[in-house]
Amino acid sequence: MIIELGHYALVLALAVSLVVAILPLIGARRGDLALMELATRGSVALFGLVTFSFGVLTWAYVVSDFSLKNVWENSHSAMPLIYRWTGVWGNHEGSMLLWLLILVFFSAMVALFGRNLPPTLKANVLGVQAWISSAFLLFILLTSNPFTRLNPAPAEGQDLNPVLQDMGLAIHPPLLYLGYVGFSVCFSFAIAALMEGRIDAAWARWVRPWTLAAWMFLTAGIAMGSYWAYYELGWGGWWFWDPVENASFMPWLAGTALLHSALVMEKREALKIWTVLLAIMTFSLSLLGTFLVRSGVLTSVHAFATDPTRGIFILAILSVFIGGAFALFAWRAPLLTAGGLFAPISREGALVLNNLILTVATATVLTGTLYPLVLETLTGDKISVGAPFFNLTFGLLMIPLIAAVPFGPMLAWKRGDLLGAFQRLYVAAGLALLAALTLYYAEHGGPVLAVLGMAAGFFVIFGAVADLFYRAAFNKVSVGTGWRRLKGLPRSAFGGALAHAGFGVTVLGVVAVTTFATEKVVEMKQGMTTEAGGYSLTFDGMQAGAGPNYTEDRGHFSISRGGVRVADTWSSKRLYTARRQPTTEAGIVTFGLSQLYVSLGDAMDSGGIVVRIWWKPTILCIWFGAVIMAIGGLVSLSDRRLRVGAPKRKARPVAAPVPGLEAAE
Amino acid sequence: MTRKQKRLTIIAGGMSFIMAAVLLVMFALGQGIAYFYMPGDLAKTPVPPGTRIRLGGLVAEGSIQRGNGSTVTFAVTDGTDTVPVSYTGLLPDLFREGQGVVTEGKFEAGISTFEADTVLAKHDETYMPKEVADRLKDKGVWKGGEATQ
Repeated sequence: MIIELGHYALVLALAVSLVVAILPLIGARRGDLALMELATRGSVALFGLVTFSFGVLTWAYVVSDFSLKNVWENSHSAMPLIYRWTGVWGNHEGSMLLWLLILVFFSAMVALFGRNLPPTLKANVLGVQAWISSAFLLFILLTSNPFTRLNPAPAEGQDLNPVLQDMGLAIHPPLLYLGYVGFSVCFSFAIAALMEGRIDAAWARWVRPWTLAAWMFLTAGIAMGSYWAYYELGWGGWWFWDPVENASFMPWLAGTALLHSALVMEKREALKIWTVLLAIMTFSLSLLGTFLVRSGVLTSVHAFATDPTRGIFILAILSVFIGGAFALFAWRAPLLTAGGLFAPISREGALVLNNLILTVATATVLTGTLYPLVLETLTGDKISVGAPFFNLTFGLLMIPLIAAVPFGPMLAWKRGDLLGAFQRLYVAAGLALLAALTLYYAEHGGPVLAVLGMAAGFFVIFGAVADLFYRAAFNKVSVGTGWRRLKGLPRSAFGGALAHAGFGVTVLGVVAVTTFATEKVVEMKQGMTTEAGGYSLTFDGMQAGAGPNYTEDRGHFSISRGGVRVADTWSSKRLYTARRQPTTEAGIVTFGLSQLYVSLGDAMDSGGIVVRIWWKPTILCIWFGAVIMAIGGLVSLSDRRLRVGAPKRKARPVAAPVPGLEAAE
Repeated sequence: MTRKQKRLTIIAGGMSFIMAAVLLVMFALGQGIAYFYMPGDLAKTPVPPGTRIRLGGLVAEGSIQRGNGSTVTFAVTDGTDTVPVSYTGLLPDLFREGQGVVTEGKFEAGISTFEADTVLAKHDETYMPKEVADRLKDKGVWKGGEATQ
């Protein structure tokens, strides 16, 4: 009964969504406040209905109701409670429902916290959001209904894919979707602006917090996904340039560009049309990502069980939204007036450079991801574009970006002083080179390019510190005054500096791991010892074990350095009984920021076992950097100026009001 | 600088950057891609030694042999033709005889064994690499209900 209620709530949600998609837009055209107000209540009601529906599905998973086909396919009563719960989105249908839940969550947030938005803009934004939710509700109800029943109900489920039985599933998809789908708000704002034919600095101020929030979640989500793949898959890699990874990375690149261009628009009213275009592109890339993952058109390690109707349905959604948005853009963008002027060497110029590099980088990733698809359609040749392509193109593109990052904040708006920026940064550059050489020496050499790479990472970090140093004017005033000035800086200044520093930390980690990581594959017998990264690993033998829904063979390794035992780890091969599916659980030992990674292979006839051992120096920097970036976003978001729903101070004049709107306000 | 000059500087700079990026992408596409072959394709048109390719098919029954240390040899088949493959490293968890597989690597001159450096793993045992599924269906060797289920 409760299941049917959940299903019914979803159908009702579609009806509500269609109402919100149509009536408020008519209201906005006619200036009818009552119709516009429908958008607010409708969006909140929509969120309530979808939450209920999602709650019902979660309940069905938690109590293991195998009369639901979806639960039967993806759950098992012996699974620990946490995986029965997270299993809700460990499959296509459930994860689409989560996608939808987050979409309507953002709509409701705009509805509740957007009190200070002009009523027409708010109605238009919520209307566009409702178009998206209507499309996805239709998609779920018609092709991916999680509430399909089975009769008779099976006694036991087929278990969740073992790879997904991990804490990573509890964290990664929700964070990723909060990012992916959060950009829908920017998209809706862009479409609303195009419909109204009016856009100004206030628009950018409304859009920026949403962009920042989505970007922050996406950053954390991608990092979490990368770490999950690293420790769970047992291949020791942290990024594979897999189409599905690229699908999440492209919106991140475009979103990062959007974050910076919205800054220019907010402060200087320049780059308006470009910002609108970026907002559209970012969410289009999110939709494209959803399509690539769900349709199975590309070979990827992330395979959802796919069926062709779903692919075609999402392709239709994709073409309608992206096509429609770009058509609207082409038609209405000329109405938007161009903004402020600036010299090529200026803060704006630096942000344009940032946008240029990031969008070109996005385009190269897009090319590499879709090229196999295009070539197969055109010529029938099947190819794969692998890591060498991406490392070469994307890697080279990142060099000028990394070098430019510290300069951007040092340049003044309108007209900057490059020489002055050099003078302020040469200390940071010198220190960076010194730090890189120290690390190089500590790691006993390696390619000379690595020094430059690490120096670039340090330069970005020290540059962020220098930025705060000069903003507080420590070079001009006494230390005490400097501290007071530092404390008085807006939070967004700290947020920006933190995010840049985090980027530097990630760069550092990537360069160091790529250069200094070692890998060895050895056949080990009980009692044998091998060396990796300056540590000695002794294999103490295998042992059989069992978990709630799996059996395992696990090997014990003692790790010592200089004859002193410092750590030990288990590495195992598991067999999940319900699906008869094996997995590898790597043994990972952390030393500071570095890790020793031990993965088991096959048992040999001779009684030994193949063991693969990686030494991954400073690998944690890669993810810590991303976490610092996300924290930077959070700090920036807490800035009063950007706080969602905080009452706007009247001091700042809002751009020319639309005639006829004052009465409504 | 006048307004026009400023705009021109920015546009020219941007364009040259984009041009450079396009050239880079074209160069990298020439280097960094691997064509997909099935054993039957190789029988018809052998690839020159040293060219990176992907070889896909089914792991032939009874062909997996573990040599010294971590080197494994097995054969990839499409039902009619078979290519021996040698791989050093850990095989993915779901690597089994009779299952679909995609390997990446190259042929050394004068040796008929394919030297693979990557054996693609899968997340899910019901998943068949798309290229393999399409081609095996064309040949009628494997009949999956749906493309990848």
